[in-house]
Amino acid sequence: MPVNKQAIGKTYEPLVYAVGREKIREYARAVGETNPVHLDVEAARAAGHADVVAPPMFAVVYSAPAVGPPIFDPALELNFAMMVHGGQEFEWGPLVVAGDEITTAVSVKDISEDEDRGYYVFESISTNQRGEQVCRGTWTQIVRGV
Amino acid sequence: MPELNEGEQIPELRVTPDKYLTVRYAGASGDFNPIHVDEDFAKAVGLPGRILHGLWTMAQVARAETDAAGGPEHLKRLSVQFRGMGVPEQEVLVTGTVRERRDGRVIVDTVAEQGEKRIIRNAEAELEL
Repeated sequence: MPVNKQAIGKTYEPLVYAVGREKIREYARAVGETNPVHLDVEAARAAGHADVVAPPMFAVVYSAPAVGPPIFDPALELNFAMMVHGGQEFEWGPLVVAGDEITTAVSVKDISEDEDRGYYVFESISTNQRGEQVCRGTWTQIVRGV
Repeated sequence: MPELNEGEQIPELRVTPDKYLTVRYAGASGDFNPIHVDEDFAKAVGLPGRILHGLWTMAQVARAETDAAGGPEHLKRLSVQFRGMGVPEQEVLVTGTVRERRDGRVIVDTVAEQGEKRIIRNAEAELEL
Protein backbone atom coordinates (compact mmCIF):
# COMPACT_ATOMS: atom_id res chain seq x y z
CA MET A 1 0.00 0.00 0.00
CA PRO A 2 1.58 3.32 -1.01
CA VAL A 3 2.15 5.90 1.72
CA ASN A 4 -0.23 8.85 1.83
CA LYS A 5 1.75 12.00 0.97
CA GLN A 6 -1.16 14.46 1.19
CA ALA A 7 0.01 15.80 4.55
CA ILE A 8 3.40 17.09 3.34
CA GLY A 9 3.63 20.72 4.42
CA LYS A 10 0.96 20.44 7.11
CA THR A 11 1.64 22.51 10.24
CA TYR A 12 0.44 22.03 13.80
CA GLU A 13 -0.51 24.24 16.73
CA PRO A 14 2.68 25.41 18.53
CA LEU A 15 3.23 24.21 22.11
CA VAL A 16 4.86 26.20 24.93
CA TYR A 17 7.26 24.52 27.39
CA ALA A 18 8.39 26.27 30.59
CA VAL A 19 11.96 25.20 31.39
CA GLY A 20 12.41 24.36 35.08
CA ARG A 21 15.69 24.24 37.02
CA GLU A 22 15.02 20.84 38.61
CA LYS A 23 13.95 19.36 35.25
CA ILE A 24 17.28 20.40 33.75
CA ARG A 25 19.12 18.85 36.71
CA GLU A 26 17.06 15.63 36.47
CA TYR A 27 17.79 15.39 32.72
CA ALA A 28 21.48 16.23 33.15
CA ARG A 29 21.88 13.47 35.77
CA ALA A 30 20.05 10.91 33.57
CA VAL A 31 22.44 11.50 30.67
CA GLY A 32 25.53 11.61 32.90
CA GLU A 33 26.44 15.29 32.51
CA THR A 34 29.25 16.33 34.84
CA ASN A 35 29.69 19.96 33.70
CA PRO A 36 28.53 22.01 36.73
CA VAL A 37 26.79 24.64 34.55
CA HIS A 38 24.01 22.05 34.09
CA LEU A 39 23.76 21.11 37.78
CA ASP A 40 24.77 24.00 40.01
CA VAL A 41 23.19 27.47 39.94
CA GLU A 42 26.23 29.21 41.40
CA ALA A 43 28.56 27.58 38.88
CA ALA A 44 26.21 28.55 36.04
CA ARG A 45 26.04 32.16 37.24
CA ALA A 46 29.82 32.29 37.72
CA ALA A 47 30.11 31.24 34.07
CA GLY A 48 27.86 34.12 33.02
CA HIS A 49 24.51 32.35 32.65
CA ALA A 50 21.24 33.50 34.25
CA ASP A 51 20.52 30.03 35.69
CA VAL A 52 21.43 26.37 35.13
CA VAL A 53 22.03 25.66 31.44
CA ALA A 54 20.10 22.97 29.57
CA PRO A 55 22.40 20.42 27.90
CA PRO A 56 21.95 20.71 24.10
CA MET A 57 20.05 17.40 23.93
CA PHE A 58 17.49 18.78 26.42
CA ALA A 59 15.93 19.94 23.13
CA VAL A 60 14.21 16.55 23.24
CA VAL A 61 12.38 17.55 26.42
CA TYR A 62 11.02 20.88 25.21
CA SER A 63 10.34 19.95 21.58
CA ALA A 64 9.17 16.30 21.64
CA PRO A 65 5.71 17.12 23.07
CA ALA A 66 5.02 19.11 19.89
CA VAL A 67 6.10 16.18 17.67
CA GLY A 68 3.55 13.80 19.23
CA PRO A 69 0.37 15.23 17.66
CA PRO A 70 1.67 14.99 14.06
CA ILE A 71 2.78 11.38 14.57
CA PHE A 72 -0.71 10.47 15.78
CA ASP A 73 -2.53 12.66 13.22
CA PRO A 74 -4.98 10.30 11.42
CA ALA A 75 -4.36 12.27 8.19
CA LEU A 76 -0.84 10.78 8.03
CA GLU A 77 -2.00 7.16 8.32
CA LEU A 78 1.29 6.41 10.11
CA ASN A 79 1.38 2.90 11.61
CA PHE A 80 2.86 3.72 15.04
CA ALA A 81 3.30 0.06 16.04
CA MET A 82 5.78 -0.44 13.18
CA MET A 83 7.61 2.86 13.66
CA VAL A 84 11.31 3.13 14.53
CA HIS A 85 13.33 6.30 15.07
CA GLY A 86 15.68 6.28 12.08
CA GLY A 87 17.53 9.55 12.39
CA GLN A 88 17.71 12.83 14.23
CA GLU A 89 19.30 16.17 13.65
CA PHE A 90 19.40 19.22 15.90
CA GLU A 91 20.79 22.62 15.04
CA TRP A 92 21.22 24.93 18.04
CA GLY A 93 21.09 28.67 18.53
CA PRO A 94 21.50 30.49 21.87
CA LEU A 95 21.65 28.33 25.01
CA VAL A 96 18.46 27.52 26.92
CA VAL A 97 18.49 28.18 30.68
CA ALA A 98 16.04 27.52 33.52
CA GLY A 99 13.25 30.09 33.43
CA ASP A 100 13.03 30.23 29.63
CA GLU A 101 9.72 29.62 27.85
CA ILE A 102 10.19 27.70 24.63
CA THR A 103 7.56 27.62 21.87
CA THR A 104 7.83 24.76 19.38
CA ALA A 105 6.05 24.56 16.04
CA VAL A 106 6.13 21.33 14.01
CA SER A 107 5.51 20.69 10.33
CA VAL A 108 5.53 17.64 8.07
CA LYS A 109 8.67 18.13 6.02
CA ASP A 110 8.51 15.05 3.83
CA ILE A 111 6.84 11.68 3.37
CA SER A 112 8.38 9.11 1.04
CA GLU A 113 8.82 5.39 0.59
CA ASP A 114 11.55 3.02 -0.46
CA GLU A 115 10.60 -0.58 -1.10
CA ASP A 116 8.57 -1.60 1.98
CA ARG A 117 9.57 1.31 4.21
CA GLY A 118 7.82 4.61 4.73
CA TYR A 119 9.91 7.65 5.70
CA TYR A 120 8.22 10.42 7.67
CA VAL A 121 10.27 13.55 8.28
CA PHE A 122 9.08 16.17 10.77
CA GLU A 123 10.66 19.55 11.43
CA SER A 124 10.43 21.33 14.78
CA ILE A 125 11.33 24.99 15.22
CA SER A 126 11.79 26.09 18.84
CA THR A 127 12.02 29.75 19.85
CA ASN A 128 12.55 31.33 23.25
CA GLN A 129 10.57 34.17 24.90
CA ARG A 130 12.76 36.73 23.07
CA GLY A 131 11.90 35.24 19.67
CA GLU A 132 15.38 33.75 19.19
CA GLN A 133 15.51 30.35 17.45
CA VAL A 134 17.13 28.05 20.02
CA CYS A 135 16.75 24.79 18.10
CA ARG A 136 15.67 23.32 14.80
CA GLY A 137 14.99 19.59 14.90
CA THR A 138 14.64 17.15 12.02
CA TRP A 139 12.99 13.91 13.11
CA THR A 140 13.06 10.94 10.71
CA GLN A 141 10.68 8.12 11.56
CA ILE A 142 10.77 4.88 9.58
CA VAL A 143 7.67 2.68 9.32
CA ARG A 144 8.33 -0.91 8.35
CA GLY A 145 5.99 -2.89 6.15
CA VAL A 146 4.08 -0.12 4.35
CA MET B 1 41.56 20.59 26.06
CA PRO B 2 42.29 18.95 22.66
CA GLU B 3 43.26 21.21 19.76
CA LEU B 4 40.71 19.64 17.41
CA ASN B 5 42.84 19.84 14.30
CA GLU B 6 41.98 17.84 11.19
CA GLY B 7 42.55 14.12 11.66
CA GLU B 8 42.70 14.39 15.45
CA GLN B 9 40.57 12.15 17.67
CA ILE B 10 38.30 13.67 20.31
CA PRO B 11 38.74 12.12 23.80
CA GLU B 12 36.75 8.88 23.90
CA LEU B 13 33.74 8.65 26.20
CA ARG B 14 32.90 5.40 27.97
CA VAL B 15 29.70 4.91 29.98
CA THR B 16 27.90 1.81 31.19
CA PRO B 17 24.14 2.32 31.53
CA ASP B 18 23.00 0.53 34.68
CA LYS B 19 19.96 -1.73 34.93
CA TYR B 20 17.55 1.11 35.80
CA LEU B 21 18.98 3.82 33.50
CA THR B 22 16.17 3.50 30.97
CA VAL B 23 13.62 4.10 33.73
CA ARG B 24 15.38 7.26 34.91
CA TYR B 25 15.81 8.50 31.32
CA ALA B 26 12.13 7.78 30.58
CA GLY B 27 11.18 9.99 33.52
CA ALA B 28 13.69 12.69 32.63
CA SER B 29 12.77 12.80 28.93
CA GLY B 30 9.07 11.92 29.00
CA ASP B 31 9.54 8.96 26.61
CA PHE B 32 7.77 6.06 28.33
CA ASN B 33 7.60 3.74 25.31
CA PRO B 34 7.36 0.30 27.03
CA ILE B 35 10.10 -1.21 24.85
CA HIS B 36 12.50 0.81 27.05
CA VAL B 37 11.08 0.06 30.49
CA ASP B 38 9.12 -3.21 30.40
CA GLU B 39 11.16 -6.41 29.88
CA ASP B 40 8.09 -8.60 29.19
CA PHE B 41 6.62 -6.14 26.68
CA ALA B 42 9.95 -5.77 24.86
CA LYS B 43 10.28 -9.55 24.49
CA ALA B 44 6.66 -9.86 23.38
CA VAL B 45 7.36 -7.55 20.41
CA GLY B 46 10.42 -9.54 19.38
CA LEU B 47 13.23 -7.59 21.05
CA PRO B 48 15.96 -9.27 23.12
CA GLY B 49 14.75 -7.29 26.15
CA ARG B 50 14.49 -3.63 27.13
CA ILE B 51 16.53 -1.43 24.77
CA LEU B 52 18.19 1.93 25.33
CA HIS B 53 16.48 5.10 24.11
CA GLY B 54 18.24 6.16 20.90
CA LEU B 55 18.08 9.78 22.11
CA TRP B 56 19.91 8.84 25.34
CA THR B 57 22.70 7.36 23.22
CA MET B 58 22.65 10.51 21.06
CA ALA B 59 23.04 12.50 24.29
CA GLN B 60 26.25 10.52 24.99
CA VAL B 61 27.53 11.53 21.55
CA ALA B 62 26.61 15.16 22.33
CA ARG B 63 28.42 14.91 25.67
CA ALA B 64 31.59 13.64 23.98
CA GLU B 65 31.46 16.69 21.67
CA THR B 66 30.75 19.30 24.35
CA ASP B 67 33.42 17.81 26.66
CA ALA B 68 35.93 17.96 23.78
CA ALA B 69 35.00 21.53 22.84
CA GLY B 70 34.86 22.89 26.40
CA GLY B 71 31.15 23.50 26.96
CA PRO B 72 27.58 23.24 25.64
CA GLU B 73 27.74 26.59 23.80
CA HIS B 74 30.19 25.13 21.24
CA LEU B 75 27.86 22.43 19.86
CA LYS B 76 25.93 24.00 16.96
CA ARG B 77 24.62 20.94 15.12
CA LEU B 78 24.43 17.18 15.58
CA SER B 79 22.97 14.70 13.16
CA VAL B 80 22.80 10.93 13.74
CA GLN B 81 21.40 7.75 12.27
CA PHE B 82 20.14 5.11 14.69
CA ARG B 83 21.16 1.57 13.78
CA GLY B 84 21.11 -1.60 15.81
CA MET B 85 19.81 -1.45 19.35
CA GLY B 86 21.60 -0.49 22.52
CA VAL B 87 21.02 -2.51 25.68
CA PRO B 88 21.48 -1.73 29.39
CA GLU B 89 24.40 -3.08 31.44
CA GLN B 90 26.90 -3.04 28.57
CA GLU B 91 29.52 -0.34 28.03
CA VAL B 92 28.87 2.31 25.38
CA LEU B 93 31.98 3.71 23.70
CA VAL B 94 31.83 7.02 21.80
CA THR B 95 34.73 7.90 19.50
CA GLY B 96 35.16 10.69 16.99
CA THR B 97 37.62 12.11 14.49
CA VAL B 98 37.90 15.68 13.23
CA ARG B 99 37.13 15.54 9.51
CA GLU B 100 37.39 19.22 8.73
CA ARG B 101 38.35 22.49 10.38
CA ARG B 102 37.70 25.85 8.77
CA ASP B 103 37.28 29.36 10.22
CA GLY B 104 36.69 28.10 13.76
CA ARG B 105 34.09 25.56 12.60
CA VAL B 106 34.97 21.93 13.21
CA ILE B 107 33.19 18.87 11.79
CA VAL B 108 33.59 15.67 13.84
CA ASP B 109 32.63 12.21 12.51
CA THR B 110 31.46 10.17 15.48
CA VAL B 111 30.20 6.67 16.28
CA ALA B 112 28.75 5.00 19.39
CA GLU B 113 29.40 1.29 19.84
CA GLN B 114 28.50 -1.49 22.24
CA GLY B 115 31.02 -4.28 21.81
CA GLU B 116 31.17 -5.01 18.08
CA LYS B 117 27.84 -3.35 17.39
CA ARG B 118 27.53 0.24 16.16
CA ILE B 119 24.36 1.69 17.70
CA ILE B 120 24.87 5.18 16.27
CA ARG B 121 26.68 5.62 13.01
CA ASN B 122 27.29 8.47 10.59
CA ALA B 123 27.03 10.95 13.44
CA GLU B 124 28.21 14.35 12.30
CA ALA B 125 28.80 17.14 14.81
CA GLU B 126 29.54 20.76 14.05
CA LEU B 127 31.45 22.65 16.72
CA GLU B 128 32.13 26.38 16.86
CA LEU B 129 35.37 27.24 18.63
